[in-house]
Amino acid sequence: MAGTALPGRLIWQLGRVVELVDETARTKSIVLDVPGWQGHRAGQHVDVRLTAEDGYQAERSYSIASGPEDPRLVLTVERLDDGEVSPYLTDVLMPGDELELRGPIGGYFIWEESLGGPLLMIAGGSGVAPFRAILRHWTAVHGSVPTRLLYSSRSLDDLIYRAELLDGAHDGVEVRIALTRQWPDDWRGHRGRIDDELLQQVAWAPSERPLVYICGPTGFVEAAAQSLVGQGHDPRRVRTERFGPTGT
Amino acid sequence: MDPLDGNAIAGALFEHFGNEMTMAHVRCSHCNSTSLIAELRVYMKAPGAVARCPQCDEVLIVIVDVRGTQRFDMANMEMVSPT
Repeated sequence: MAGTALPGRLIWQLGRVVELVDETARTKSIVLDVPGWQGHRAGQHVDVRLTAEDGYQAERSYSIASGPEDPRLVLTVERLDDGEVSPYLTDVLMPGDELELRGPIGGYFIWEESLGGPLLMIAGGSGVAPFRAILRHWTAVHGSVPTRLLYSSRSLDDLIYRAELLDGAHDGVEVRIALTRQWPDDWRGHRGRIDDELLQQVAWAPSERPLVYICGPTGFVEAAAQSLVGQGHDPRRVRTERFGPTGT
Repeated sequence: MDPLDGNAIAGALFEHFGNEMTMAHVRCSHCNSTSLIAELRVYMKAPGAVARCPQCDEVLIVIVDVRGTQRFDMANMEMVSPT
């Protein structure tokens, strides 16, 4: 099977950039065509590798933001000003360019219908990327599991997938937005950081045993996880994925 | 520096073991607690990656790149269950 990864092997593959989508001023989605892509489960990630002319290589992990049913692989990348990889991906990469990646990777931070729910996803900033994959999967399979997304962002302008999340593309999913720094005068969502009270309001009661996924910067993830466990949620049903500006 | 978690070394582990490892259980030989690899506290800023026990902070996995080859040290842990 030419061009197909052998099962059990993780190989570096080339993807061709089909389109770049401006999500926010600092964030872009990279739409890729990856010949021989073996498919993925919602919530998995890929490793991206850049090689400089002198052979120096840098690798970073990015969540897959497209659903398993989507025709193309999408990665959403936030530009970190002092980053080694993200400024190239957001500022230099052009449609038609090739990108080296390996994946899909991860068996922990994934969701599929068989895992059930109720399903609560809590995102901080670009931590919303794997949840877009889960939401798209949920909608593609006509998900019946009660599902909520709580998404914390600095401002409306920093909201990634704003149109998709606010215009009801995922009918049946409750989307709650917390804006932490700036909000319009008539903002009806939460103002300020996600706190114990908001989590208590948004999460189902611990007795309903929601399955909780939290993705964002380390401090955000740990605060939300600790709050939920403190409110009596089973730590084994709280799955976390932290991201940061570092990588090997 | 804020630690990440075992998801951050999933690619290197997959390449080393030939399998998805984040759902594997490991036992810390220092405090005897069991964790999923996904739950380990991972520091990526060392010369390589260091994964520590989420309970007692013992170093469980060290991954270092030596001239293009990745070296793994897992002396302080025991694999309890495969993936």
